[in-house]
Order: sequence, then C-alpha cells, then structure tokens
Amino acid sequence: MIDILLSLDWEPFLLSFKLAAITTLILFVLSVPLAWFLSQTNSKTKPFLEALTALPIVLPPSVLGFYILVALSANSPLGSFFEDTFNIELVFNFKGLVIASCFYSLPFMVQPLQSGFESLNKNMLEASYISGKSTFETIFKVALPNMKPALLTALIVTFAHTVGEFGVVLMVGGSIPGETKVASVAIYEMVESMDYNLAHVYSAIMVLMSFIVLLSVYMFNAKQNTKFGFVK
Amino acid sequence: MIDIAINKQLHGAQEDMNLDVALTIKEGEFLALSGKSGSGKTTLLRILAGLESAKGEISVNDEVWLNATSSLKVQKRHIGFVFQDHALFENMSVLENLLFVADDKELAKHLLDITELTALKKRLPNSLSGGQKQRVSLCRAMMRRPQLLLLDEPLSALDPLMRQKLQEEILTLHREFKTTTIMVSHDPSEIYKLASRVVVLENGKIINDGKPKEVLLKTKGSQKFSFSGELLSLTKVDVIYVGVVAIGQQLVEVALSSSEAEHLKVGEVVTISTKAFSPTIS
Repeated sequence: MIDILLSLDWEPFLLSFKLAAITTLILFVLSVPLAWFLSQTNSKTKPFLEALTALPIVLPPSVLGFYILVALSANSPLGSFFEDTFNIELVFNFKGLVIASCFYSLPFMVQPLQSGFESLNKNMLEASYISGKSTFETIFKVALPNMKPALLTALIVTFAHTVGEFGVVLMVGGSIPGETKVASVAIYEMVESMDYNLAHVYSAIMVLMSFIVLLSVYMFNAKQNTKFGFVK
Repeated sequence: MIDIAINKQLHGAQEDMNLDVALTIKEGEFLALSGKSGSGKTTLLRILAGLESAKGEISVNDEVWLNATSSLKVQKRHIGFVFQDHALFENMSVLENLLFVADDKELAKHLLDITELTALKKRLPNSLSGGQKQRVSLCRAMMRRPQLLLLDEPLSALDPLMRQKLQEEILTLHREFKTTTIMVSHDPSEIYKLASRVVVLENGKIINDGKPKEVLLKTKGSQKFSFSGELLSLTKVDVIYVGVVAIGQQLVEVALSSSEAEHLKVGEVVTISTKAFSPTIS
C-alpha cells in the first residue's frame, strides 16, 4: 500500500490544488464587491446579474467549456489580442484553465457570500456608516467577520468545486502532463486505458480528501453557530 | 441650532403618506418624538441621519446637511444613533465596539464608568443582557461626540426596571455632554422625565408641539385625574352598568348609568376622568 502511494505520480493532484487555490483567490477578490452589490441593491439589473452568475450551475460544462474555448482561442478577437500584444496564448495551458475555472466556479463563491451579506443585521451595517466608516471598511471589519460560516463555505466550496471540475478543464486545457492534466482528467485517462488499479487509487484519494475538507467545514460551522448563539 | 424642513413621499402599509416636517431645535434641547406607529417618526430620524433620502433642507449649527443640490454623506454627519435593537458589532467586545467608532480610550473609559459597564468591557455582545447591550449601544453612539443624538425607541424592548435605569443614564449623559437629542418614544412617563419638548406626528405632519406637561397631561377644565384606556366589558348589574377598563397594565371597574352606557361600545378607547380634591396616596 505504502509502496503504491510512494510510487504514485502526485503531479495531477498538485496541479488540481494549485488551480483551485489560484481560482479561489481570484474569485474571492472579484466576488466580494459583486456579492455585496447584489445584497444591497434594489436595482432592476439585479435579477439579470443573479441569473448570469448562476448560469454555470445549470449549463453543461461542455457548453461552458466550448464558449470559453471559442472566446479565448487565437482566432477570436480576445485571443488574438492577447497573442499579438502580450504574446500569451490562453488555451491549452494553465492560464486558460484558471480563466475557465473562474467562470465555472463563480456562483459557488458569489452565492454564499451574497446570502451571508443579506443575513446580516442591516442596522449593524448602518451603525458602522454612522460611525464614519466607509463601505470598504464596513465590509472587511464588520460584515465579513460576522458571517464566518458563509465566508468559509464560499471559500471551501469554491476550492472543492474547482478541484472537482472535469468537463470545462478537458475542453479548454486538454490533457498536457504538468500543465493541464489535473487529477480528474488523469483518472478519466486511466479508465480510458483500462488501468483500473491506478484509477481506484486516484479516485479513493479524491473521495477521502473531499470528505475531509467538507467535514472540517461543517464542524467549523457547527462550532461557530454555538459560539454566536444562532438557533438553527 | 438645527433647522429641518423636509418632505418625502412614503408608501405606507395602508396608504401613501406625505412626510412633511418643519422644525427648529435649539442646541442642547432634548426633544421627544411621539405619535402612532406608521406616523413617520423613524423615517424622520433616518432622514436626519442620512440613511434615507428626502427633499428639503437640513442644517446643523450652520453646516448644511441637506439642500436642493447636495446631501452630506452619512459618514460625514456627526451623529450618534441608537437603534431599537442595539445593532452592536457582534464580532467585537464591548470596548472594541466603542473604540471602533473613535480611538479615544479616555472617552471610552469614562463612558463605561458612567454606565457601570467597565467590568464587562471584554465581553462579546452576545453574552450581555438586553439592557446591557442597549447601554453599550448608547456609549457607542456618544463615542463620536455627536452634534445630534438620535434615539429610536431605545428602551421599548426592555422591562420596566431596566427602563428606569437607562432613563437615568440617558439623563446623566445628556446633562454631561449637552448633546442635542431627538428620541422616539411612546411612553408618556419616559417623555415627561427626559424631554424638554415633545413633538407629536400624525400621518407625517406635526399635530402638536410643546412642553411635555402641556402636551401629555390629558386634563380639561377642572378634571384632575384623566386616563385613557380600552373598554373591555360592559355588564348590566340591577339598574346600573359596570364597565371594566384597561389603563396601561391595570384594570379598573367603573359604575355607569344606563344613559352613559348607551354610547359606549366594548373595545373602544375611552377617557376616564374625575376631580381629585383629596386623593389618598400611599
């Protein structure tokens, strides 16, 4: 057993986690303002923005992947602009994966943050403005610290969801070892080539790690709820 | 000196209403804002705080907060606001709640001393009682050294004993800081104790404005005891009627002649009054 683990090629896992970490970081920075705006506005654009944000949940990953591929490829205006100006290719490499993952995992970051912001006592936020604090300061010193369970859910679920993505990655990144061959793609290839033993090991590792991550989120949230005296 | 002349169309639960208020408040005055729920009291407070928009003008000590072309941001208006539900920052201790507003440790210490909260300064709001939370909220509002203190029914969720204690503290703070204060309240005894002036709103308009004694004492002519209450029941006993009236938290029985009883309906709000030449006070 230990021999198998030692001789295992961990690169796909590392790649998965690197991708997930970078995606989570970028999405957090982008989603806090978006989720805040959605939680505070009564504007008519709100339902449109909400529907757009939620699209990746319902769209087949192949559809999303196809559009991203088309949009980023060297033949598209965007793709050719990046290629001509910065000499950067955006498809079939790690950068393309990051961009695609940001679209794919967006709702998993925005939605928990938005419902977290919405559940806060409005008077508490107003008390912060009355105390002379800017919106920025209010978000980071009052809002986010008072919704730790929602914050943690957003971060972890986005991370886990990105680790678990398959369709979009395959469409946009292909399967280049060390560049775009993440764990889920690696397992797919093992099954394709009928290497069931290795597929078993890889899959078991994925199941175990995912379970541990989710378990720690739920345990943390249960603890927070008791601490703040929330009644479920 | 605070000059207010504002106007706002409100969409109420029953009907639309036009909040139209013109007021001049002297510096250091303690003004109570009274009136039925839905009469626009809280909205007026929120407009003064800059939390809601309105047409008109507000100027505070020669500083323009609102006029036709501009509205000073809520962050720039030096106000203190105490919400009905304390609205403390749950992630911060009592002391941190105060210091978040202004990094003035002297003032924070002084305020906590006056309100006897010093022993609790490291506690999180969640572990405090309702009255303690509201006292912290009051201290937090004073941390800005506000030009105007706005209290939105700050004591309505507390039990009578706690109310009295907080009334004392509000009075102490007002005497010491001389902050111009507007307090929304329904409680006549509270208004009488704290306020030097009371303004009554109805459907968005001022219907009464004066000293608490003039506005609140419901006596006419030679009547000395006068209470309003709800008629709970009316029963015929031999030749007279006996009515039971709820006045505040108390029930009283009164004897009525049949001609008096004719005009009354159970559930009505009635006024009971009598001359009081030699009442027994014990």
